Amino acid sequence: MRFEVGAEAAALRDAAAQVLAGQAPVAVLRAGWPGGDPGAPAAAWRRVADTGAVGALVPVAAGGLGLDENAVVPLLEALGYNGLPVPAVETIAIGAPLLAIAGSDRLQGVLGGDCQVAAQLGDSDLLPFGQRAELVILRQQDTLRVYERTDLELTPCVTVDGSRALARVGQLRRGGSTLAATPGVVASAWWRGVLGTSALLVGLAARMLELTVGYVRQREQFGAPVGSFQAIKHALASALVAVEFARPAVLAAGWAQAARVPDAARQTSAAKVLASDAARLVARTAIQCHGAMGYTTEYDLHLFAKRVWALAPSWGDPAWHRARIAESLGV
Amino acid sequence: MDLTWQPSEQSFRTEAREWLAAHVPGPMPSGDTREGFAAHLEWERALFAARWSAVSWPKRFGGRDATLWEWLIFEEEYYRAGAPQRVTQNGIFLLAPTLFEFGTPQQQERLLPRMAAAEDLWCQGWSEPGAGSDLAAVRSRAVRDEAAGGWLLSGQKTWTTRGAFCTHLFGLFRTDPDSARHHGLTYFLLPLDAPGVTVRGFERLDGDEGFAEVFFDRVFVPDQDVVGDVDQGWRVAMATTGSERGLTLRSPGRFMASAQRLVELARQRPSDQLRDRVVQSWIEAQAYQQFTLQQVTGIVDGKPSGPESSLNKIFWSELDVRLQETAMDLLGEHGELDSPWSRGFQFALAGPIYAGTNEVQRNVVAERLLGLPRV
Repeated sequence: MRFEVGAEAAALRDAAAQVLAGQAPVAVLRAGWPGGDPGAPAAAWRRVADTGAVGALVPVAAGGLGLDENAVVPLLEALGYNGLPVPAVETIAIGAPLLAIAGSDRLQGVLGGDCQVAAQLGDSDLLPFGQRAELVILRQQDTLRVYERTDLELTPCVTVDGSRALARVGQLRRGGSTLAATPGVVASAWWRGVLGTSALLVGLAARMLELTVGYVRQREQFGAPVGSFQAIKHALASALVAVEFARPAVLAAGWAQAARVPDAARQTSAAKVLASDAARLVARTAIQCHGAMGYTTEYDLHLFAKRVWALAPSWGDPAWHRARIAESLGV
Repeated sequence: MDLTWQPSEQSFRTEAREWLAAHVPGPMPSGDTREGFAAHLEWERALFAARWSAVSWPKRFGGRDATLWEWLIFEEEYYRAGAPQRVTQNGIFLLAPTLFEFGTPQQQERLLPRMAAAEDLWCQGWSEPGAGSDLAAVRSRAVRDEAAGGWLLSGQKTWTTRGAFCTHLFGLFRTDPDSARHHGLTYFLLPLDAPGVTVRGFERLDGDEGFAEVFFDRVFVPDQDVVGDVDQGWRVAMATTGSERGLTLRSPGRFMASAQRLVELARQRPSDQLRDRVVQSWIEAQAYQQFTLQQVTGIVDGKPSGPESSLNKIFWSELDVRLQETAMDLLGEHGELDSPWSRGFQFALAGPIYAGTNEVQRNVVAERLLGLPRV
């Protein structure tokens, strides 16, 4: 029994985090919004790819790092913390490993960061990053198919997080090729998406909490830092409790997937519930503790809160995951 | 990450499970009543006879030299088996860790085996009428008796759990009359039948005589029963609060077992309205388990859990309240009847209060983990 991020996983996480801190400041997040320069997040993604991060789940023989879900969770937490508006979960946890299995000639472009992958594996017609990603993976019944973005009829949508470049997928589809047709492969791709999204949510929650702690330490009202008031302390302590208990659940779900234990899906559902609820609690608490400052778009907090509001309901919302757990528990 | 158990840990689990299956008694009255306490003592002595009463202690004191991992496994099996509450817990889980850290070899030899055997039964003398969450406001005092080689204790402790049934007390007394707050306190051990001690039991919320107030009128305590240095009692006591708030008092096995019983209750009394809350309690019990595995990995690596134990305390106590409230709602009108669930619900309400209220824990989290300013 050892519950800790392993050395290789930590090294990858730290390398990616260092690149992100240098290459993806908040200005790059803002560039991902409508009217900004989408080339900025794309360029930062290439620098992330230089660390090998995109190939985390790709075998070494295919040009990847040959790691497993244990490494993907901390990596995606770091990406969530940074907030770079790219389809990181879809590209790292789904696109790259499936393209590698399929022997696709697009894999090298994906690993190099030149080609981002969007994916919709649920029943929805909404495609995050559908306005920008070069490749798109869609589920049709029990099959995953991969398309060039230009093969699809994609209608941009206005959404709460404008940097997610969401598009609605129309019925008209040209070309495309089968990426996975084995039920187990399709299902595990879905659960890796749930896992990765949970990790992003933990990272986002940690970032918002850090921003808020920094703010309430220096913001003075009534002649004292507002962070010295118990009402603020208690709200932020509750937020920290939520984050600190969600993070190990996500790590444990990652281990369960990597080890292929029988209840890996149920553990992943639990992780998604905890991460979604923690991130939403932190978003709400962060906005409240910032006062009116938190209710502006000039201040950075909204960038992370809006990502949470987009991610918490995606890849199965907490109600959906609770219902699955209920079914497995027989209640 | 490796969340699997070693073969040796698995066989430890099997041994514990089989012993418990063969020996756990049927329902018995609450250990917080006079008759129930006696019944629980028999159980404690059976545990000791089979060396299960303090598994993580060294063998020479009555333990098994079990690792922290094995201790977690034992706790899981203990609560899974529905074994009785541990009326010895304040000694074994709160005083003993302090003795291992600060006690002299003589104190350890003299006190620990009797504690493991449930011959000496320890209660905690910290709270006073004017010092609850604000423990540093302790006013009970100890005056030096140089000729006799000891101290004379005077004052009052209260809300002392099982004080009316225990034989001994560990507590904090002010040894420096000019001191304030957490300075000048000393950690003392004494038998409750010492001359000058008066104990009066009183009822807790649930109606059991689980509380006592303890009065001290020039009670003599020899130097050999001081733990740690004189005037350093705060530092010594804080070692125990870490244990009390953290995992040694409330291991995940307890809540995993409660969550499993809640799931079974929900199967018997299905409710569309309450299903989500049942699932949420189950999720939170798993989360406490994962958090603990992470925490224990750190402890095993030599990174002691300090203010982080306040995170444990907040999480397990509030999880327990939610879980028990859900059970009460599943029971509907029957929730009013006296039952293990009804008692569990009432006891859970104490969780956010004892060992430092959760309001104090949130201050600790905010100031020591988040770095928010103290006023």
